[in-house]
Amino acid sequence: MTTILGISAFYHDSAAALIEDGSIIAAAQEERFSRKKHDANYPVNAVDYVLKEGGLKLSQIDHIVFFEKPFLKFERLIETYLAFAPRGFKSFSMSMPIWLREKLFQKKYLFDHLKKHDENFSDINKIKFSEHHYSHAASAFFPSPFKESLVLTLDGVGEWATTTVAIGKESKLKILKEIHFPHSLGLLYSAFTYYTGFKVNSGEYKVMGLAPYGRPKFKDLIIKKLMDLKDDGSFRLNMKYFSFATGLTMTNKKFSDLFGEPVRDPKRDQLTQFHMDIAASIQAVTEEIVLKMSKSLAEEYRIKNLCLAGGVALNCVANGKILKDKLFENIWIQPAAGDAGGSLGAALAYWHSELNMPRKSYEDQMKGSYLGPKFDNSHIEEKLKSLKANYKKYDTKEVITLTAKQLSNEKTVGWFQGRMEFGPRALGGRSILADPRSEKMQKELNLKIKFRESFRPFAPSILRDDLNEWFELNNDSPYMLLVSEVKKNKQIKMNEKEENLFGIDKLNVKRSSIPAITHVDYSARIQTVHRETNPRYYDLIEEFKRNTNCPVLVNTSFNVRGEPIVCSIEDAFNCFMGTNLDVLVLEDFILFKEQQDKSLIKDYKNKFELD
Amino acid sequence: MLAFIKEFYEFLKERKKYWLLPIIIVLAIFGILIVLSQGSAVAPFIYTIF
Repeated sequence: MTTILGISAFYHDSAAALIEDGSIIAAAQEERFSRKKHDANYPVNAVDYVLKEGGLKLSQIDHIVFFEKPFLKFERLIETYLAFAPRGFKSFSMSMPIWLREKLFQKKYLFDHLKKHDENFSDINKIKFSEHHYSHAASAFFPSPFKESLVLTLDGVGEWATTTVAIGKESKLKILKEIHFPHSLGLLYSAFTYYTGFKVNSGEYKVMGLAPYGRPKFKDLIIKKLMDLKDDGSFRLNMKYFSFATGLTMTNKKFSDLFGEPVRDPKRDQLTQFHMDIAASIQAVTEEIVLKMSKSLAEEYRIKNLCLAGGVALNCVANGKILKDKLFENIWIQPAAGDAGGSLGAALAYWHSELNMPRKSYEDQMKGSYLGPKFDNSHIEEKLKSLKANYKKYDTKEVITLTAKQLSNEKTVGWFQGRMEFGPRALGGRSILADPRSEKMQKELNLKIKFRESFRPFAPSILRDDLNEWFELNNDSPYMLLVSEVKKNKQIKMNEKEENLFGIDKLNVKRSSIPAITHVDYSARIQTVHRETNPRYYDLIEEFKRNTNCPVLVNTSFNVRGEPIVCSIEDAFNCFMGTNLDVLVLEDFILFKEQQDKSLIKDYKNKFELD
Repeated sequence: MLAFIKEFYEFLKERKKYWLLPIIIVLAIFGILIVLSQGSAVAPFIYTIF
């Protein structure tokens, strides 16, 4: 048996993954354990967890693979500073000490950290390095159900590459084309995230969610001024407007002057129609680039499958458009498409590409992305007792019946069962669930439970068998990474007055028979639920459907804004008590809010920084 | 340290970027000075491209 530990760390979203003879055993992000969103530190807890799940000590691991190559990254830094000199001296003087002290000696640095897990671990040569985008491509292709596929990776930046095209065939994966730093779609999107006043590397979702409220008024301006976009989707950014290459911000004054407003200060400035139009414009540009790229690749290589990874692959609206364009018969997106997934990709890349091992099967290998920790009933009861919770245990069938009943009575439910998800989406393991038919639900969930901006949309989980009846989509979307429209016959057409409403005002118009998950443009980010990967969640939605004729639930991550998704029983209980959630279901245990000791209610939302 | 120098040399050879060597030597000298002259290095940077 050969075991490989994959690690991603030190930039953002640290994570660890374990594979045994090519099979994925476990994967988890450090933020879930450390409770620091996007935690970039060495993933000490995640490594401990995956080793425990595999029943292994670190000294028993055969290979340890880091997800990117520090020397290559250093080369890019030096060349970038030289190219832009004398600009960027401040950034240079800040980065070099860190590089010369730590990052350049990453192997030793990693070795020192790894030794702390097991003092018998002594072989530094077990540590290997994979290229950042190769790790992404490997995470997208090797676990996919395709024997042959094009693989497109798009993100901010790794070493040099920001975009790569690869072809995967059986157990071979080869990168064919690359776009290099500073020309980056991920960084372009992040520049607009920064400009609209959200946090870079985590607020990109907000820009995507804000886009349907605006009109893409600035799309042509962006394409004309900020970049040179070719017909095949390749592009170069006009660096006159950006300062991310060597500066300490994403954009500069020329950028603000071009659009006519300064960078929004989230503490002082309200979101206005201008920001919504900016969001709509950059989203439209992103979609155009991704569509041009996929179109030219489909024509050039004539391969019917496409795999996607990298942070930009989390832009589910763009993914939905690729699918709608019918350029590819099938699309598969790595659920942990961001840097966390690089840990898994690095391990898989080593297994298949360095050790030349064949793939075992051509079925989805991600196990529904349920690759994190799970807790049994005895552990849960012990924890609940120590937390002084008021709870009751039921048999599994009763849990399903009772929870479905609570949901149909418009109660909000914290749903905690099975293994934790790997990747940024909650998929029915650590989720907050609600009734999508309720008109008040979107506002209530946003303001009273998630404590976040009222414009943010919610996503539906739907039984796979019923997908076609409710959405304009007929492909599996188990990882909630495809966006499609609510079926026409479920939509409620807006009258002329409503149609003319602007921005957030449109939010109050009932747009379909499942308004809580229907965005203002009738779109929804869909998760298809499959009995094979999550039977308990499937049974719950099926029971809800029996009660209501609706096979859809609102599914949002079990956390408040700025908080990593809950991982442990304590996290779930604290979040339950700190928000207005009505019911908490932990495997076979059910807790009702009104039955809890009021003194346990905590001020919760202020614990986490707004992103 | 010897292993690091060997690996870095192999990297320069592989990438055919020997011209980086003098820059790195100068940087290393400056780097040592910087490291010696300050307690901790922090990176309050907006995007982690370092």
